[in-house]
Amino acid sequence: MKLQKSTSLALYSVLEFAANPGRQLSAAEIAEKYGASTHHLAKVLRELGRAGLVESARGVGGGYRFSGNAKRLTLMDVIELFEDISTRTGESDEFDESSEVGRALGAVMAEIDEIAKATFRSITVDTMLKLIERQRRALALASTVAAA
Amino acid sequence: MNEARSEDTPEWRVRPAEAADLGEVIAIDAEVTGLEKTDYWYELFHRYGGGRTRQRLFLVAESGKVIQGFIIGEIRDWEFGSAPCGWVFGLSVRTDARLAGVGARMLEAICEGFRHAGVHKVRTLLARDNSLVLSFFRSQGMMAAPFIPLEKDLD
Repeated sequence: MKLQKSTSLALYSVLEFAANPGRQLSAAEIAEKYGASTHHLAKVLRELGRAGLVESARGVGGGYRFSGNAKRLTLMDVIELFEDISTRTGESDEFDESSEVGRALGAVMAEIDEIAKATFRSITVDTMLKLIERQRRALALASTVAAA
Repeated sequence: MNEARSEDTPEWRVRPAEAADLGEVIAIDAEVTGLEKTDYWYELFHRYGGGRTRQRLFLVAESGKVIQGFIIGEIRDWEFGSAPCGWVFGLSVRTDARLAGVGARMLEAICEGFRHAGVHKVRTLLARDNSLVLSFFRSQGMMAAPFIPLEKDLD
């Protein structure tokens, strides 16, 4: 399952904001960090704002901050703001359904997609932040061991 | 096994299940699944209850003399080509006791039991559409295991 660029940017953005709940971040900061255009990211943030996941902050520099519920918001909730993968079955356009081989390959792709969707539905933003922190600690530990 | 107090719940603890707990365990399971499986639970208690072995754990979370949830697991050796590890195959929390850390405390207690018995990995298996419980285990740091469950219809 391949996610669209806007969806990936939305996931990056939500996780950046949720990791820094008290801090205002500008579209330009996030765009630079993830190699996206500020214009594209601004469109993504407007959509996240309409969904109530971020709110724009007034004042010097402006920017946005997280306004969602990190313990309730799942990756699937964010993804579905930008594309409908809940009904995607895997066999739609990659394989020709009119052939036996195409149908069989489509069934395999559908199996993979179902697992991906279940995974996106089961992971909250809060869980992602914990995962990021665990990976950060593991990396720091590995660096320490390598340096010793 | 462990005790805790939060703003939302009176003092509560996680301890091995006793025969007297079964009525409440059955009721919690029925509340969550919609099925009352009395015979199943008595049979399960016979095999897992009362802290009989270090390999099998059937624990309950108790608060103010009320059972708020239960967890069941065991250590399985060399199944599916895997080194001995703990398996959690049952966990449920009374619906009005959720979001108070009961599940997390029970999972930690059973993991402590597994560690005490000498294993360092815990696994579970869930239906793909059980997002609520999947989310819970994910929030506790569990990730996809290197196994894929398979099935087929038997004609």
